[in-house]
Amino acid sequence: MTKHVHEPLVHLSRRLNVSQKYAWAIRIGAFVLSMLACALITMIIAPEVGFGAFFTHLFEGTFGKPRLTWTLFRDVAILLLLALAVTPCFKMKYWNIGGEGQALMGCIGAALIVKTLSGTMPLIVVALIALVVAIGFGAVWAVVPALFKAKWNTNETLLTLMFNYIAGCIGAFLVKKLNPRTTGSMSFLKTLGDFGKIGDNQFALIIIIVAVITVLMAVYLKYSKHGYEIAVVGESPRTARYVGIHNKVVVIRTLVLCGVLCGIAGFLIVVLKDQSFKAESATDTTMGGLGFTAVLVSWLAHFNPWAMVLTSFLVVFITTGCAHVSSFGGLRSATYPSVMAGIFFFFIIATEFFINFKITFRKRGEIPREPDDLPPEPKTKVEAATAANANA
Amino acid sequence: MSIFLAMIQEAIHYGMVFLFGSTGETLIEKSGHLNLGVPGIMCLGAVGGGLGAHWAHQAGAGAAGIMVVSLLMTILLAGAGGLLYGLFTITMRCNQNVTGLTLTTFGAGVLGFWGTQMSNKGITFTEPSRIAFTSPLFFSGEVPDNWFCQLFLSYGFLVYFAILIAIIAAVVLKHTRVGLSLRAVGENPAAADAAGINVIKYKYISCVVGAAIAGIGGTFFLMDASRGTPEYIIDAMGWLAVALVIFSLWRPAIGIAGSIVFGFLYRLPYNISALTVVTLADKELIKMIPYAVTALVLIVISFFNKRETQPPASLGVPYFREDR
Repeated sequence: MTKHVHEPLVHLSRRLNVSQKYAWAIRIGAFVLSMLACALITMIIAPEVGFGAFFTHLFEGTFGKPRLTWTLFRDVAILLLLALAVTPCFKMKYWNIGGEGQALMGCIGAALIVKTLSGTMPLIVVALIALVVAIGFGAVWAVVPALFKAKWNTNETLLTLMFNYIAGCIGAFLVKKLNPRTTGSMSFLKTLGDFGKIGDNQFALIIIIVAVITVLMAVYLKYSKHGYEIAVVGESPRTARYVGIHNKVVVIRTLVLCGVLCGIAGFLIVVLKDQSFKAESATDTTMGGLGFTAVLVSWLAHFNPWAMVLTSFLVVFITTGCAHVSSFGGLRSATYPSVMAGIFFFFIIATEFFINFKITFRKRGEIPREPDDLPPEPKTKVEAATAANANA
Repeated sequence: MSIFLAMIQEAIHYGMVFLFGSTGETLIEKSGHLNLGVPGIMCLGAVGGGLGAHWAHQAGAGAAGIMVVSLLMTILLAGAGGLLYGLFTITMRCNQNVTGLTLTTFGAGVLGFWGTQMSNKGITFTEPSRIAFTSPLFFSGEVPDNWFCQLFLSYGFLVYFAILIAIIAAVVLKHTRVGLSLRAVGENPAAADAAGINVIKYKYISCVVGAAIAGIGGTFFLMDASRGTPEYIIDAMGWLAVALVIFSLWRPAIGIAGSIVFGFLYRLPYNISALTVVTLADKELIKMIPYAVTALVLIVISFFNKRETQPPASLGVPYFREDR
């Protein structure tokens, strides 16, 4: 009897022990491919930008002048800080996509203080109060959804998403309340002036602060008891409960930490980076979607703070470089960099699949295994007895 | 026509953008996939719809021709976005939030880029919009000036199409075998698999069909609600559509009423100046209402914790048959 058994052409199985060499080869390959794809697509949609010119502009816009390079690393630092902030949340599988709103609340807090207090006391005191208020605002905005998650298991992805837009509306409200005549932005260039400059360099302080926080976060996640608890809660909430970890306490504590870091990021953006605050509408703010990008950066780095330095660098490199391509290649499109960043992300996300799964194709011409491959049924009692003896 | 009538009319008009988006997203979420790429998919849909309408108009097609080509292009582009999302999250089991956010970044970028190209070439969509989209379905000329006709019969084809799709989606989800299977896939894919439901097939179909429906929302916004004037805020509308899914408790029928409420609230900051004096700042507070109400709904449904009002149980969890 020949019964045909359907065997699929492709079979997926999880790779259990992935060598680091293999994983990095895949990732580097994907990065190279993504850059080639970006260049090709640019050539198709804008033939005036050539294949070589794409890369020339890309590097000119990022490493062409010392000032551009400093700007690049400053932006990397801000993005890295936001990614670090949301990382502990993701490690415990709390899908906080509210980094955008939490950092925006930090921006709002800092902007409010700088706007109302500057001139009444020394600048350094104003800045310190702004930092504290920014941290407070960020922490509150992060911890409220966490409280609901801990208390009633409210879906945190959707709630933090809503909180992003509520924060945006609050920002737009405050800007238009404080500055009724302007269009949704406040500049602090005059009040802050040279604040935070080290020598002549405006950006070094941000980079130093973020570097310190990166080291601290790496140590916190890897060597502290808190970091261990976060990992256990993420891996298995039941195990965590069994070994006596209070899941709810861990969730709330971690989200306070996340909010604090987002608040610091907001402070850095308003007081040191932009020296202004913009909230035109709920979706058009100073943050400009950085909080969402930070989610991607953190996830692409497998929640590893050191790898995040690399991923945030690559993301900023591509967006900054492509902005240069757009303005000097004659594209004149503000959103062209996000198209390119999207393509880059798709390539990198896809690497996860090739790292985690093994694809086995059915070999050509191989006869599918049949159910009657078993030894033939014994025909007589004697044969059955010998077969039984042989088996024993 | 009284100002209130006009406001409700506008609420219904704009609400349909959210209705298309939320019906599509509901179908996708019912299969267990939280597609945060829907705002991007709506942007891609708008690109397709705009291109299709422009081409058909150039080729001299009539109202029906423009509508058909535009919708086909919408479905093609938005469906491709859905397929891409499906490929990443269903077959490749990548993280849904990450893939969705990437798709939104990408889609919004494509819409902005395309829009700049169009305006550089001096292409507008007001003419095809007037011919095929905004002209009333039930009257050839002016709509009679009585409240019934104004309120219910004054819209273009896509408004009725949105409501029709929402009703069909509601019936399919609630009363058919396919809907039952789809809900089973979203609640517990392993059990559905064991019951002989082709989980992967269901997930793919719902991702692509949902994306196509959501994409029509983008086209509707560009060609109908904003009358062909390019406004590149479709991703912001898309997030409200995602919010509406929660607001409507994953039920497209409730979504019809919810979308009109959202449309009303969305237009309120622009319309309220006709009623009373408000500052620019106050308008921003009014804009907050849809998000705040949705957040409140989320908290309330989790507080009551009734099984009927919860998100699909395996929302966001990739399914791999060989995992335990």
